[in-house]
Amino acid sequence: MKRFSLLSARAGATFMSPAGLLVGAFVIVPFFWVIFVSFTNRSLLGPTALNPDFVWFQNYIELFTSGRGVEPGTFGFSLILTVQFVLFSALIGQALLGLLLAWLLQQVPKSVKGFTETMVIGAWILPEVVIGFAWFAFLDYDNGTLNGILDALGLPRGDWLLDYPFWVIVVFNTWRGTAFSMMLFNSAFASIPPSYFQAADVAGASSWQKFRDIGLPLIRGHVVTDLILITMWTFNVFTPFLLTRGGPGGQTEVLSIYTYRVAFRDFDFGKGAAVGVVVMLINLAFALFYLWVARKRTPRKEAT
Amino acid sequence: MASVTFEKITKRFGSFTACENLDLEIRDGEFVCLLGPSGCGKTTTLRMMAGLETPTSGRVLIGDRDVTAVHPKDRKIAMVFQDYALYPHMNLADNISYPLKVRGESREARHAEARRVGDVLQIGHLMERMPAQISGGQQQRTSLARALVTPSEVYLFDEPLSNLDAKLRLDARGFLNHLQRDLGITAVYVTHDQAEAMALATRIAVMDRGRIVHYAPPLEIYHRPATTFVASFVGNPPMNLIDCTARIEGGALVLEAEGLTVPKLPVTPAIEAAAAEGKMTFGVRPEHLWIADGSEAGQIAGELFANENMGPESLVTLARTKDSRLTARLFTDEPLNLPETTRLGFATTHVHLFGPDGVRVPGVDE
Amino acid sequence: MGRFAHLHFSRVGFTALTALIGAIFALPLVWFLFAPFNPRAELGLAIPRPFSFSNFGTVLENDFAIRALLNSLIQSVGGVVCVAFAATLASYALSRSSLPGKGAVTYVLLLFSSVVSGSAAMVPIFLMISRVGLIDTHLAVIFVFAGGLLPTAMFILRDFIDGIPRSYEESAMVAGASPTQAFFDVALPVIRPGVVVVVVWAFVNIWGSFLIPFILLRSAEKMPASVAIYSFYSEAGTPIVTLLAAYALLYSIPVVVLYLFVSWKFGFRFFGGIKA
Repeated sequence: MKRFSLLSARAGATFMSPAGLLVGAFVIVPFFWVIFVSFTNRSLLGPTALNPDFVWFQNYIELFTSGRGVEPGTFGFSLILTVQFVLFSALIGQALLGLLLAWLLQQVPKSVKGFTETMVIGAWILPEVVIGFAWFAFLDYDNGTLNGILDALGLPRGDWLLDYPFWVIVVFNTWRGTAFSMMLFNSAFASIPPSYFQAADVAGASSWQKFRDIGLPLIRGHVVTDLILITMWTFNVFTPFLLTRGGPGGQTEVLSIYTYRVAFRDFDFGKGAAVGVVVMLINLAFALFYLWVARKRTPRKEAT
Repeated sequence: MASVTFEKITKRFGSFTACENLDLEIRDGEFVCLLGPSGCGKTTTLRMMAGLETPTSGRVLIGDRDVTAVHPKDRKIAMVFQDYALYPHMNLADNISYPLKVRGESREARHAEARRVGDVLQIGHLMERMPAQISGGQQQRTSLARALVTPSEVYLFDEPLSNLDAKLRLDARGFLNHLQRDLGITAVYVTHDQAEAMALATRIAVMDRGRIVHYAPPLEIYHRPATTFVASFVGNPPMNLIDCTARIEGGALVLEAEGLTVPKLPVTPAIEAAAAEGKMTFGVRPEHLWIADGSEAGQIAGELFANENMGPESLVTLARTKDSRLTARLFTDEPLNLPETTRLGFATTHVHLFGPDGVRVPGVDE
Repeated sequence: MGRFAHLHFSRVGFTALTALIGAIFALPLVWFLFAPFNPRAELGLAIPRPFSFSNFGTVLENDFAIRALLNSLIQSVGGVVCVAFAATLASYALSRSSLPGKGAVTYVLLLFSSVVSGSAAMVPIFLMISRVGLIDTHLAVIFVFAGGLLPTAMFILRDFIDGIPRSYEESAMVAGASPTQAFFDVALPVIRPGVVVVVVWAFVNIWGSFLIPFILLRSAEKMPASVAIYSFYSEAGTPIVTLLAAYALLYSIPVVVLYLFVSWKFGFRFFGGIKA
């Protein structure tokens, strides 16, 4: 017997089809195509542009055995650099700062809350090229705002983009992305009934004790979600390119910039695709872990 | 108006059975309440009448028409939802007259009709308002108006008063009763509130775990509940039930339990059969108990546990044993001074008997 | 007494710390407050004297710059229309239809969309778009963004629609409406706030993106502002700061306006789930 539903299966399939076509063509097809290309020596020009040879694992072998160790410009260097970049800018920078801010915002006057929230979120929503340029000006050796402030404080100035490029993109990415963690934790804290904290107040708990004993344990699930998401995003982020172009001397060439250079500057699509596949495998591991955590947290819905 | 018939209806959701082999007949012009605790299948039953769920097996008839596979829009029914389902983007006039809109009536005609029904329900002056701008009671009446705006064969109510606070609920209940007297509609009304069912229904179907355990007029259910479940669900406070050992002695039934003194009761074949297993359940309603004064036929004794004066009446709770309490509803507006060990009396005519399986055992005069 | 003094002290401390962090976050942007209005702006922080709009005049006279903003608009609006249309229909189906396996569909989509990131997919997307001859077209940018943003958009919207009681459509059907009527009369207006969220989110994402148009477009007359901004460099490779600053400000306005609109309409928290 035909079951009643608000939308029949046939209508449902029709409703799904535009999205299905777009996602199929621009997400799922590329997924398989990149795997295919990674086994070829396809390039932009020359004989292998139109009739690439099948080279099996050649691209992958080259990635992991460049013969130059892990100097800048190699895949190994970019991989290790990206792991460090994620560790410092996402896990330590964004998550910790976001947590601190979210906790502080619960207990400061509205005006200060509004100001700080707007600044942190502003860093996050402005277009990436604008941000890249603002930082370029901010860090300028001769006239930049940062060195100007250091001068005023009597501290030594620095040529940051040249001398500390890695730490620049770490601080930059922390600055750029803290908003997400802050907002996630903020709404997590806000969803805790105020009576929990009032009960602790009555019991004489300090802010730190309330954070440690009530706030943090109750938002543990959100912390896990946040860490996985910002790790994935930071792992794939291309924005540092707009500040450093991967330089100087490849010192800030994170994986996404490496892929771009190999594919679109060296025109070695096969190798670029191989990097893409490695990145996807790492993404897949994170995504599966995330879905597993998310499923564990929400009880299964009724089958209907 | 039309009758509604359920023939051997079973509804499963995966491995969960919401309704099991249900037979139910609602006569033309009847107001039937489906009463039961949450999860008993009453809402699923109603939704199958509406066509919002399809039975796994069995037939649904409205009048003589088999509507089992008929889409809700073609069933000629009206329904009031628990959450009212008022469309937030339409004003009251548009909300109430939506059923007329889908029938293609003109805007003027629709709004005039909405206004007419709205006036009956005392919301006629609010027609330009949005649902978010009126009170809960007014929202409830708006959803009622939307159900009443077109003539329908059956009117379905899914716990329509459960979102109102206590006082508004009493008002609305009285209003629904008045409406039913006025219009004589066929209505099916789902509720978990036994008082609502008692007040509104011409017949009540008490449901438990997907089955109808008792289907009868309200007073019949009150006076002769079919099972211990029905006895403990209908009536407030519920019937006191005491598990006893039972035996037949010298042509009379002897019931024994701690603190309970029951006179020997005359035996019928049904009682004899029930007592054969040695166990029965004795029941008496709280309002049929009084402070023992010698006029009683039997007694229950216990430690005084609580003594609550409610104004016109007092609720007295005794602990008969460590984990069995019973309540008496005593009609007095005076403070009651009761000893630590209190005895309550009852009359033989108010005794209910249930067999070991929980099913009512009819007395001599039934 | 002492206890209250302590509470008061820590409160002041927290407030000062919060304000300090806010100020540090503001620092890299302060330059942007002044440079666009300073006809002699350099990379250094300076208060404009005189305060002037002449930089904006220069930008407005630059056909290429205006063309780029228009291109950004074409690509963003095109992508948003695709995303909103396809995501609304699809997430309604995912939430309400009896389509078998729809839960699995959602998970698979989500998995793919997080695995196939811009950096992983730039090679195959470029090759694919070349193969179908769409390189250097607005359509290519629009479709690639639509496909990439759709899974998340569907996930946001499905969540939103799941939160809307089914009794809306059910009551419409009991009232005599067909599924189509129930969808257009009742469901669509009720889910509109969710669609607005998705529209804003998709617009902000496409408007600000650099990598995809950078890879897929060649000719100057199709570049969106995010890519065009890099042409404001002199022959020697140094930025023309006055022009850049004014242009960056103009380019940021839609994002800021949308952000203000959203936080006014839905509150701050809304943005929590929406930028990927």
